[in-house]
Amino acid sequence: MQLSILVIVLLALSSMAFYMGKKRAFQVAQGKIRNLHSLPAYYGLYTAIWCGIPALIIFGVWIAFEPALITHLVDLRAAADHYLDLVSTSHAALTIVVLSLAIGAGAFTLTRIRAQQRARNTVESILTAILIFCSSVAILTTLGIVLSVLFESIRFFQEIPISSFLFGLEWSPQTAIREDQVGSSGAFGAVPLFAGTMLISFIAMLVAVPIGLLSAIYLSEYSGPKFRAIAKPLLEILAGIPTVVYGFFAALIVAPAIRDAGGFIGLDVASESALAAGLVMGIMIIPFVSSLSDDVINAVPQSMRDGAYGLGATQAETIRKVIFPAALPGIVGGVLLAVSRAIGETMIVVMAAGLSANLTANPLEAVTTVTVQIVTLLTGDQEFDSAKTLAAFALGLMLFVTTLVLNVIALHVVRKYREQYE
Amino acid sequence: METIDESEVSEINDAGVTDPVKVGHTAMVDRDNRTTIGEILVDNPRMSCRDVNVYYGDNHAIHDVSLDIGRNEVIAMIGPSGCGKSTFLRCLNRMNDTIDICKVTGTITLDDEDINSKKIDVVPLRAQVSMVFQKPNPFPKSIYENVAFGPRIHGLANNKTELDEIVVTSLKKAGLWDEVKDRMDQPGTGLSGGQQQRLCIARTIAVGPEVILMDEPCSALDPIATAKIEDLIDELRQQYTICIVTHSMQQAARVSQRTAYFHLGDLIEVGDTNTIFTNPRHKLTEDYITGRFG
Ligand SMILES: Nc1ncnc2c1ncn2[C@@H]1O[C@H](COP(=O)(O)OP(=O)(O)OP(=O)(O)O)[C@@H](O)[C@H]1O
Ligand SMILES: [Mg+2]
Repeated sequence: MQLSILVIVLLALSSMAFYMGKKRAFQVAQGKIRNLHSLPAYYGLYTAIWCGIPALIIFGVWIAFEPALITHLVDLRAAADHYLDLVSTSHAALTIVVLSLAIGAGAFTLTRIRAQQRARNTVESILTAILIFCSSVAILTTLGIVLSVLFESIRFFQEIPISSFLFGLEWSPQTAIREDQVGSSGAFGAVPLFAGTMLISFIAMLVAVPIGLLSAIYLSEYSGPKFRAIAKPLLEILAGIPTVVYGFFAALIVAPAIRDAGGFIGLDVASESALAAGLVMGIMIIPFVSSLSDDVINAVPQSMRDGAYGLGATQAETIRKVIFPAALPGIVGGVLLAVSRAIGETMIVVMAAGLSANLTANPLEAVTTVTVQIVTLLTGDQEFDSAKTLAAFALGLMLFVTTLVLNVIALHVVRKYREQYE
Repeated sequence: METIDESEVSEINDAGVTDPVKVGHTAMVDRDNRTTIGEILVDNPRMSCRDVNVYYGDNHAIHDVSLDIGRNEVIAMIGPSGCGKSTFLRCLNRMNDTIDICKVTGTITLDDEDINSKKIDVVPLRAQVSMVFQKPNPFPKSIYENVAFGPRIHGLANNKTELDEIVVTSLKKAGLWDEVKDRMDQPGTGLSGGQQQRLCIARTIAVGPEVILMDEPCSALDPIATAKIEDLIDELRQQYTICIVTHSMQQAARVSQRTAYFHLGDLIEVGDTNTIFTNPRHKLTEDYITGRFG
């Protein structure tokens, strides 16, 4: 039997168990729900859980260990036929075990249903266990990723000293593969990458903070409800555009436009410039700033506005002197979240900022960023344990730490602000 | 205005406040005969309102209210919840402008100038007729900055010394100076509720108003803080005109010289506070102040 069919049969059995359990509960209660401890559906769920979950667990464990076991049994010279043979035997056995377990457990539970049984409590504690399981999957995955990045970085730092990574001014990760090959010896100074990241993020924030903030103020304080109802979702659509679209927008339209404009006034602009990437990234981030700021501005209680208006403050004075200061911590939190978004952004910079690791503060030159270098380090055929590949993990770790710190600060600031009015 | 509509009657009935037949009935009588009982006029009024109507969209919240507010008097506005006291108060300094759906008709004058006329700028108007709210709402700034806010935006002080002086005198008048003089740079939100409310009053006094509107200023306060604010109101009367909305009959009796009773958007009875409380003329007023209604 195909394994997928087995799963489907198992699900069908469970739902049957649900109905039978429910019906059984009615019978036990002689048709009066009031006689039961829990609602009939809980007895149904109770039966279904016993029917389905143990069988599913066996199924999962079986599938996980099957290849290892069979490989163990098959000796090296044996034919593939033998292997396939064993697999099909194993599957047949699995089917029998799982189905009989499901039916057996289901039927047994069914006969055990009593009116005063606490089916609801049991079902709810099992549900809690499932919820805990799911959230721990998420947490453990994150932890696993962080740890693997950490360990690979440690391996990298065994080859390249951490000080020359953190403070080195030159980045050229090409290492010679063969002894006689001409090529650079590999320099892993991350400073130019971080400088590039900062430069682009800074340009992006120069665009996003004023535009986002002012549009948030307009939307929350000045615009009528009709305009707001249309404009706010439109602004938020900006956040939904795939970054690759922004990327080719930056590379094909903005960057050439900047180069032409620069050429027009006699400036020498690289065809891939930090400015182009930063501008487009800024536009991408506007909705983060505006939406979060709009929320915090709206969270400033109406009584603050009334207080100011009641003293004769104009709308602009009220916003500047009361609402904005009151909302400032929240706005700062929103901006920090946007910064960490900008730092982690990859697509736009890959396409528009270039690959050369220049250490420069000139926005008209091409620069490269941490994320771009991670991409280039890992694309193409690589030796997995060369310093070049491992460098990606070190960069990733740095990036992770930076955004983590920014996020922690931002959340802290936002939370502190929340307490103020509650 | 003609007859009370069914829903309003049943609302009163549902609330079970009092004998439904009687209230429904008297309310109906009153609406046919809509003239306010009592002395709406005073000599040389500071503010006077004529035929004021307020609409929130289709909801007619205030019906043809005419009322004078004298100089250096405290006038109390009482009435059951939702009768339009706050709405009327907010007309007096055009705070209703901030509510989009709100429309005000009729004339309201301050020192014989129509405050609803196009020529009037609300900024100086609200500096002259300032408002203290039900819930203390200090700005999330230092105590000093809270009080200095008004003088700053109205340019009342030419330099830091003058500003300091305004801040200190306002806090003294509000009876808060002794409690906060050592902590002027701490946030106003860190004060107790009663102190916050006095801070809000100081903030209002600092703009040098002529009329102070207070919307249930003590409803969030304990009896001691309330007593302090009532003393304060009594003192402020020497210089200012005060309109106070209150749900406490005792408070109205203690602090005010005149009392106005509102009911479902109508001004039912106005007059000398003592007379209203000892000898109300309208049935609804009597029911309300004897505690049979609202
Ligand atoms: N912002 C508003 N939008 C729409 N309707 C309003 C608004 N404010 C008040 N109203 C309506 O106007 C009427 C009078 O309300 P108002 O707040 O003036 O009552 P009040 O006498 O101050 O009551 P309370 O004693 O409970 O404060 C009510 O029917 C209320 O529903
Ligand atoms: Mg009110």
